[in-house]
Amino acid sequence: MSRIGSLRIAWCLAVAAALPITGARASDAATIARQGNGKGAAPCLACHGMDGGGQSASGNPRLAGLDAGYLRKQLDDFTSGTRASPVMGATAGALGDDERQALATYYSKLPVPPTLTKPVASVPAAGAELATRGRWSKQVPGCVQCHGPGGVGVGASFPPLAGQPAAYIEAQLKAWQRGTRRNDPLQLMQHLSGALSDQDIHDVAAWFVAQPVITGGAAP
Amino acid sequence: MRRSAWLAIGIPLLGLDGCSQKSPVPAAAMVAAVTKTGTSPAFTPPPEQQMPDGPLGDVIRRGRDIFTDTPTHAKAYVGNGLSCSNCHLDAGRLAHSAPLWGAYGMYPQYRKKTGEVNTFGERLQGCFLYSMNGKAPALDSAEIVALETYSWWLAKGAPVGVKIVGAGYPKLANPSLPADYVRGEKVYEKDCALCHGNDGQGQQVAGRNVFPPLWGPQSFNWGAGMHQLGNAAGFIKANMPLSRGGTLSDQDAWDVAMFMDAHERPQDPRYTGNLADTRRKFHDTPDSLYGTKINGHLLGEPAAQTQGRR
Repeated sequence: MSRIGSLRIAWCLAVAAALPITGARASDAATIARQGNGKGAAPCLACHGMDGGGQSASGNPRLAGLDAGYLRKQLDDFTSGTRASPVMGATAGALGDDERQALATYYSKLPVPPTLTKPVASVPAAGAELATRGRWSKQVPGCVQCHGPGGVGVGASFPPLAGQPAAYIEAQLKAWQRGTRRNDPLQLMQHLSGALSDQDIHDVAAWFVAQPVITGGAAP
Repeated sequence: MRRSAWLAIGIPLLGLDGCSQKSPVPAAAMVAAVTKTGTSPAFTPPPEQQMPDGPLGDVIRRGRDIFTDTPTHAKAYVGNGLSCSNCHLDAGRLAHSAPLWGAYGMYPQYRKKTGEVNTFGERLQGCFLYSMNGKAPALDSAEIVALETYSWWLAKGAPVGVKIVGAGYPKLANPSLPADYVRGEKVYEKDCALCHGNDGQGQQVAGRNVFPPLWGPQSFNWGAGMHQLGNAAGFIKANMPLSRGGTLSDQDAWDVAMFMDAHERPQDPRYTGNLADTRRKFHDTPDSLYGTKINGHLLGEPAAQTQGRR
């Protein structure tokens, strides 16, 4: 566990502890998001923001507007350990089946926060080729070939990359490399992340951060 | 689930000149093996950064743009949402994915499909007519000229009139067992449906394909090369699932190719008005399921074609 990771966990737990825990109804997602479920699941907003937009400084991902099936699967995978995360493992493990489903649905329906939909001034050139065209000499397709134009996300299996913190994208690519995240269908990410250097990962994350966030199937 | 008798007999006849790859081998290893034993030199197209500036470069880039986003840049000539780069990966650069540099120097060529000598431009017209289920741009149209120029640029330095290693799709050895729909369906569910959907219709964002439909009204028509089992099996083996090429066994590739090509798709534009007659004239090979009955459905039946175009 890196020092930053430990600090992040400490922060989340501190925020969680400071919030009042009341007896939330099992499937009242908004209440769980705000207060936790009173059975050990920390309030989601402590790390994912009041509006589900994530926290770019700490690399906590946006949940708002993500596919419900994808979110549900991640909660299940945090519990099974195929996606390793001390905080989320504990939190997801404390959520009941109906609570997981309710939270996945709740966040999938939250609008993308306006702060994330603002146009970005400039798109860095470095990650563009890898993101849009890939590196076929190493069997790496362009990220957008599965994650959609500009990383908008496609269905339940290819989550949006646009509107996610750079630190989150970087951390996930490194988790695929290390095998601490291995819940990808057909081992697609585990396989191709191995072909990427730290610099590639940095560049491609920066490229996606600069992409406009599109919601509700608007034109790319 | 009965296959026609001809299929069981026919499939083993395919790929007589195929390579001897029988077990799943990563594509990179496969490429290396083929390169080692191949009689022709391998070829690397120039990097995209070397595209020239100026008017020539502009036409090369236009060709690349048409190739990678055909519905946007050649709108008048496409009848589906596919792009050339759906079957010719990495913008037509990737070996064993029918790269443009492997095709360019092979024309003019006598083609059995047309019964005459065709130029490269005429070959490109065929792609629009069949794979794009559209209509052919004129040989001197901006679209054909741009695609031809892009192909020429990718092939710079490649030999002319020589089949280069990595050209076309790999020819797989005969499957041990005749290609089978039911086995193919299982492969599809396990390795293909993630991207192409349970119904084979791909996945779209804002009405645009991210993953292309493999059959149905928005896919390639019955005249396209990918409807032939050998082409489909070779492409799938070398390139699918995307980024995991070479991981399917030859048998799986044959089976899933058969499953894909045993579904209905838009009519062959050469349809004569009679299915059996059209099969006899243009599909008289075990490589094509057109005009044969699969699972009680006669493939290419005109009644199934009423929704062939959107």
